[in-house]
Amino acid sequence: MDWTKIIWAVAIVAMILVLWPRAKQMMKDTPKAEKGDWQAVVLPLAFVAGFVILLIMLV
Amino acid sequence: MNRLDISAARPTESVLSTNKLIKNTYILLSMTLLFSAVTAAASVMLNVPGWTYMASIIGAFLLIWLVLPRTANSSTGLVVVFGITGLMGFGLGPILNMYLSMANGPQIVGTAMAGTGIIFLGLSGYALSSKRDFSFMGGFLVAGLLVVFMAILANLFIALPALQLAISAAVIMLMSGFILYDTSRMVNGGETNYIMATIGLYLNIYNIFIHLLSLLGALSGDD
Repeated sequence: MDWTKIIWAVAIVAMILVLWPRAKQMMKDTPKAEKGDWQAVVLPLAFVAGFVILLIMLV
Repeated sequence: MNRLDISAARPTESVLSTNKLIKNTYILLSMTLLFSAVTAAASVMLNVPGWTYMASIIGAFLLIWLVLPRTANSSTGLVVVFGITGLMGFGLGPILNMYLSMANGPQIVGTAMAGTGIIFLGLSGYALSSKRDFSFMGGFLVAGLLVVFMAILANLFIALPALQLAISAAVIMLMSGFILYDTSRMVNGGETNYIMATIGLYLNIYNIFIHLLSLLGALSGDD
């Protein structure tokens, strides 16, 4: 097996382990979305998705 | 209480310090992106080996985890930020050389750069002008990040091209969400340190660029 894959795997596991406590805390502390909050996110992200598809068609 | 009303009810000093934070963050972000471009150009010209990318990313993340939190409140933090971004830019050399060697490589790299810039400016501008509080996305984004890390880990060994494309698409969407989240944290007082704000936005831009490059390279049809 390629040695770089093993180093990448160790690095990614380390990233997950470092991120895990902070992620747990963030998931616990995140305020609940109010009415219309997700709509305000979905619209710009849909534009990003459409824009990326446009770029793929351009190259 | 409606979270939309928070910024409207804040005192003048708070608004002034928020404006200063946003200004300092965008100035530092511009400088670090420029510095990254210089180190990336240097590594392209030096034709550095493929493992440089891995070494640079690991080195940069060690600096982010171990050094930046201790120096972010001092001027040393600025040196560390330039160290991180310079290292990450230098790591781009082997990737850029790989794409530039393709028939339409310069077009793919140019499109990925321009696309990343437009996505960042559009989303950051939207978060700044709407002044919405996107803090409710925090849990969702960090959970998504963990899922992506696990998918990347799995794909190291199973190496499915379709999964690689799905990961790239997911990272672009996640980082777009993080741009909204990080920008709104600056506007709404969740982040008060411009060095930490800069590194967060820089990582979002860097990841969008890498994964947009990957998608364009894989789906351009000329590889």
